Amino acid sequence: MPTDLAVIGAGPAGLAASIAAAARGVRVTLVDAAPSAGGQFYRQPATGLGARRAQALHHQWRTWTRLREGLDRHIAAGRVTHLTDHHVWNVERTSTGLTVHALSGPEQETPVAVRADAVLLATGGYERVLPFPGWTLPGVLTAGGAQAMLKGTLVVPGGRVVVAGTGPLLLPVATGLAAAGVAVAALVESAGPEDFARHAGALAAQPGKAVEGALYTARLLRHRVRILPRHTVLEAHGDDRLEAVTVAALDPAGRPRPGTARRIPCDTLAVGHGMLPHTELADTLGCRIDGVAGVAVDDEQRTDVPGVWAAGEATGIGGAALALAEGHIAGRSIAARLSGTAPDPRQWERVARSRAALRRFSTTLDGVYAPPAHWADQVDDATVVCRCEEVRAGTVREAVGRLGAGDLRTVKLLTRAGMGWCQGRICTPGVAGVAGCAPTAARSPFARPVPLDVLAREPLQEGPDAC
Amino acid sequence: MVGAACALYAARAGLDVALVDRGPVAGGTTGAGEGNLLVSDKEPGPELELALLSLRLWDELADELGPAVEYEPKGGVVVASAPEGLAALEGLAAEQRAAGVEAVDVPANRLRDLEPHLAPGLTGGVLYPQDRQVMPALAAAHLVRASRARLLTGRTVTGVLRTRQGAVRGVRTDRGDVHAPAVVNAAGTWSGEVAALAGVTLPVLPRRGFVLVTEPLPPRVRHKVYAADYVADVASDSAALQTSPVVEGTAAGPVLIGASRERVGFDRSFSLPVARALAAGATRLFPFLEQVRAMRTYLGFRPYMPDHLPAVGPDPRAPGLYHACGHEGAGIGLSTGTGHLIAQILGGGRPELDLTPFRPERFEQEAV
Repeated sequence: MPTDLAVIGAGPAGLAASIAAAARGVRVTLVDAAPSAGGQFYRQPATGLGARRAQALHHQWRTWTRLREGLDRHIAAGRVTHLTDHHVWNVERTSTGLTVHALSGPEQETPVAVRADAVLLATGGYERVLPFPGWTLPGVLTAGGAQAMLKGTLVVPGGRVVVAGTGPLLLPVATGLAAAGVAVAALVESAGPEDFARHAGALAAQPGKAVEGALYTARLLRHRVRILPRHTVLEAHGDDRLEAVTVAALDPAGRPRPGTARRIPCDTLAVGHGMLPHTELADTLGCRIDGVAGVAVDDEQRTDVPGVWAAGEATGIGGAALALAEGHIAGRSIAARLSGTAPDPRQWERVARSRAALRRFSTTLDGVYAPPAHWADQVDDATVVCRCEEVRAGTVREAVGRLGAGDLRTVKLLTRAGMGWCQGRICTPGVAGVAGCAPTAARSPFARPVPLDVLAREPLQEGPDAC
Repeated sequence: MVGAACALYAARAGLDVALVDRGPVAGGTTGAGEGNLLVSDKEPGPELELALLSLRLWDELADELGPAVEYEPKGGVVVASAPEGLAALEGLAAEQRAAGVEAVDVPANRLRDLEPHLAPGLTGGVLYPQDRQVMPALAAAHLVRASRARLLTGRTVTGVLRTRQGAVRGVRTDRGDVHAPAVVNAAGTWSGEVAALAGVTLPVLPRRGFVLVTEPLPPRVRHKVYAADYVADVASDSAALQTSPVVEGTAAGPVLIGASRERVGFDRSFSLPVARALAAGATRLFPFLEQVRAMRTYLGFRPYMPDHLPAVGPDPRAPGLYHACGHEGAGIGLSTGTGHLIAQILGGGRPELDLTPFRPERFEQEAV
């Protein structure tokens, strides 16, 4: 039996939408790659860490408990089917609606198809990491990866850790690591106090966020973590694995200040440069994508493809609170539209106001947190910029300089950068920066690799009643 | 690719060449091709003659450019799964041999010597040692570079400049005029639009094709391998979807799976049914591929001409305008010969091949 609504992604946006829709009589199938609900933000299990988080981020913890209970209630009542460990590789438009194609099983080889009248893309985002000499050394991991280790497995990276890059994720990562007993040698953030001062008004409009940031900073100071604003990592050193990083202060133009470079010994570097939205499923469906910003949606979170909604980071990076608001609105819009009525936006006016404020706030953050303007200058020719295909920066520069490539697609064709296992999800921003072209969103009709025998045969339909 | 080859051979003939493209190098169908340099899929006739000339020139270029263009003289193997198909295939091979093609009949029990991972139960095949492969985007970029032509990318041709007497004397672009006594239209699938700017018609239509790309693998498919019905699909005039399995490895590791043909205009949307048909065809030929994962697809628009022959040569309707386009799915392979012939006539010489079958105005005359 088909489902009314298929929600892809069980993070904040997907959960809020599932609950809002199910509460209004919609039969929901929630499809998610993780073994349990929560997404990146409410990553589970959090046993042991729970008490600590609940203390520091009380409001978020309460929100999570409410979401979890709401989901459980709807699952128990048969209104929501939660397909865990299901990796969606494609959403297909058919003459009768939409079909979500997923892979399940330990090897991700068992095809599952969910037929739905409406689909919500709540596919979240992924971390942007820009290359620098030494970034491929063992011991260098993404800031989000470090946080996932902490939240998901409670395993912490060993030895001395440097947290570096830019973005609102770095503070909680450094704080979380320090609170877990890890020696955090430094927090290296390319944004500086003057960037925050420039946007003081907009930031002050979100007092909750400011308090959150102040709390993190206070805790870092308590753990004696050195904070280096307006600094960047120039290079990671080590033979077989990471031994140290060189950091330097940045001048107002975003170039390293001569004479400020210094070496910090460390065993782990957790580095991140903000987030990018997952837009591949939307792109393949033909939804309009706003450059690298995300899936374009209207006030009801509808994409321009009939029957397809999007919410959360997929529509633009904005954090969990914004994802919750967008998901809630999407769920209510879907419930109304599926019953053939136009929704009354006044019913969610309060949530819409909060959404607007949070979007303004995230736009402000985008202005504050930006990688150093000239980061690509630090990437020497020998640095591998595409790890899957082992393409070096020099090869990319040669494609631009000698072979006349002027856009990312041509660079890719001539160098194979972005053609490997990750399909450019990791390396695209780095390759674009080194090539000096505008970055474009990663595109593939397969949101993840799909075995040819799965592709070759038409799958059996599976929905809530067929499980 | 065809434009790059025209630029190279024209420059080597001593001409001053400017290469104008509204996009980047290899931004059109070239960047979406598999890089096939084939004689195996061509029936005896003018296209096969052009292919044989082109192959000879490709070999020369490969000596010069080396591995930069991933040139692989790997050979093609065409297989048949039924006796009737095999008889037709061997019949074609005999005609091709008479036309100068190397073609070796391969009995069923020898097929796995050539391709150890082929499915059992095939009735036989033909080996074409002259079939080759090149990485088309790299080839185009390196030919452009070797030509030393002035490369004007990101410039859209908006008009063809004519004298009062009607002679072509250059092109107008969105970023200024480019003056030249000869203009070569090598705009591939979009050549009809360029021809129209010069006031002449050229019936080029897009014929969409998808290629499925697998994860990188150790070399397991040695040749370009395809089913005998591919030849029939290539020669077909149908607008409906046709798929016939074409499987080949690449120097970089991924296996490329083609080939689909459908006339759906310039529709760039992904089609899961086409991807399914390609996967089904490829796994029938090579069962080991069942467990291999598809990473992505790409699509391109072949410049389709109603009689499956390209337009190569001067256009008497617009003196000074030359066409080098409409090669459908064979543009990479036929580019060198096309560029060479265009350079010969631009230099005032006699072309090595008779260009009569490729006359750009041939459709108009038929209509009259």
